[in-house]
Amino acid sequence: MMKDVTCRVIGQTPLTAGYWALDMEAPGLAEAARPGQFVHVRVPGLEPIALRRPFSIFGAEGTTLKLLYKTVGRGTSQMNRLAPGDPVQVIGPLGNGFPLEPRGEPLLVAGGYGVAPLAFLAGRLPTKGVVLIGGRSADDVLAVTAFERLGWTVRVATEDGSLGETGLVTVPLDRELARLHEAGATPELFSCGPDGLLRAVGERAIQAGCRGWLSLDKHMVCGVGACLACVQRLRREDGTEWIGRVCRDGPVFEAREIVW
Amino acid sequence: MKSMSDLDMRVDLGGIRMKNPVTVASGTFGYGAEYAKLVDVTRLGAITVKGIRLQPWPGNPLPRHVEVPGGMVNAIGLQGPGVEGFVRDYMPFLRTTGVPVIVNIWGTSEEEYAEVARRLSEVEGVSGLELNISCPNVKEGGNAFGTDPRAVASLVAAVRRATRLPLMPKLAPNVPDIRLFVRAAQEAGADALALINTLPAMVIDIETRRPVLANKVGGLSGPAIHPVAVKLVWEAAQVARVPLLAMGGIVGPDEAIEFLIAGASAVAVGTANFIDPTTPLRVLEGIEAYLRRHGMNAVAALTGSLCMTNPATNVEP
Repeated sequence: MMKDVTCRVIGQTPLTAGYWALDMEAPGLAEAARPGQFVHVRVPGLEPIALRRPFSIFGAEGTTLKLLYKTVGRGTSQMNRLAPGDPVQVIGPLGNGFPLEPRGEPLLVAGGYGVAPLAFLAGRLPTKGVVLIGGRSADDVLAVTAFERLGWTVRVATEDGSLGETGLVTVPLDRELARLHEAGATPELFSCGPDGLLRAVGERAIQAGCRGWLSLDKHMVCGVGACLACVQRLRREDGTEWIGRVCRDGPVFEAREIVW
Repeated sequence: MKSMSDLDMRVDLGGIRMKNPVTVASGTFGYGAEYAKLVDVTRLGAITVKGIRLQPWPGNPLPRHVEVPGGMVNAIGLQGPGVEGFVRDYMPFLRTTGVPVIVNIWGTSEEEYAEVARRLSEVEGVSGLELNISCPNVKEGGNAFGTDPRAVASLVAAVRRATRLPLMPKLAPNVPDIRLFVRAAQEAGADALALINTLPAMVIDIETRRPVLANKVGGLSGPAIHPVAVKLVWEAAQVARVPLLAMGGIVGPDEAIEFLIAGASAVAVGTANFIDPTTPLRVLEGIEAYLRRHGMNAVAALTGSLCMTNPATNVEP
């Protein structure tokens, strides 16, 4: 159940250029967090008025909540100034999260900081599999060793070829899907990243006849379903369409639900 | 220190009986249930819900909002479930709160407004109607009615004939003289007036040279509009014979108290709900503390208590 909690910063760790991991003491919130859920952060120092910023949960252990962020604007730059002991107002855990009982071989597909909820998921899924991480360059490829430590096989693709193979992450994805197909195994896709990637992953899930869980990254205002700023056209099983709220009805949707 | 019960916080907002003067602005609090886990909604003076029309309405394409210094610009476009969907899906929870429910209504014709009002009149638990005649984000309806005093008078009169529920038009801020609209609305049968709605606004992405909002334009809310709202509430209060519900940029008790002093009987917290959902309750507690500090025992004593005399001469300028 969601709460509005005063968290305390434990510390920040630089990852690659521009990317940071923020650890906070979040009693009552961290314990309840499930992979794919997010938190809505009131960044201190942006007073009196700045909207909260939503972040996928990168990890939760005991009462520690871990977030991953990239310094891209006013809010994340200010977040970067947080020091150990600083209080931060956080609402969460929010949203539905990924299912934790896959019917097939889990295949994780991350784009940039979309790796955050998948790293959390990798530690909570009962079976290990392959994780594919894509980014523009090596700096956008995160959490590789974290996945490896958990026993996952990591494949990397960068658009500029600075790490792993050159090109889009959908290339190694297609190879993995072909391999599983030949082995007679059913994959189950989990993805988070920009809309273009999610759409490509969703199309492949539908083509392969397997489930594809896509975590949408939309700008949000309230985070709890009240303001209707982060809506998405969705399809029910009977084919009728409806307008859902990414924050409340998602952010994770099955590929067939989304009307792009 | 006086106990809570020594203060009379009750407000009669044109027939909407509130136990305290603090409600929420339409569109910033969903239908109440969304925030119920984060804030004790039963402590609110009233719950004002998102605008609804007769039929379900999809709203605008995304992006629907953008943050700006001092607030945000939104163009949600009044997405909503229609009267039937609202009554079926949201009224059951709202009834459990025991708090007056103010339903914000809109339409694209006088007939639609009147029909929505007629249907809601039969719904148990609806305490009043806020007539949305000032939303900048829908092509028809909304602001089209709100910027012509004759159109306001005609619309209010039409809805008045359709319902006995307390009727509270929400006035547009972007008019040359708010007093004309106050007079037009109250003479046509309004029981209270709400002001202000968002200010029409636009944001451009200079890299792409495109409007940031899919709707191109939207409504500005947040602390940036607060002084604008105070001035309009003060002007409205000079000619109003009905109580005023004031909103616009409240982030804490101070802005709310300003509105009360300017002439409002009650206040609504809007954009601040998104940042701190406990704002309405902080505002309430802050008003109570202010009354105690100033030796006042009723919030009504604060309404319209603006001092206009020159402190040096004690003469009105």
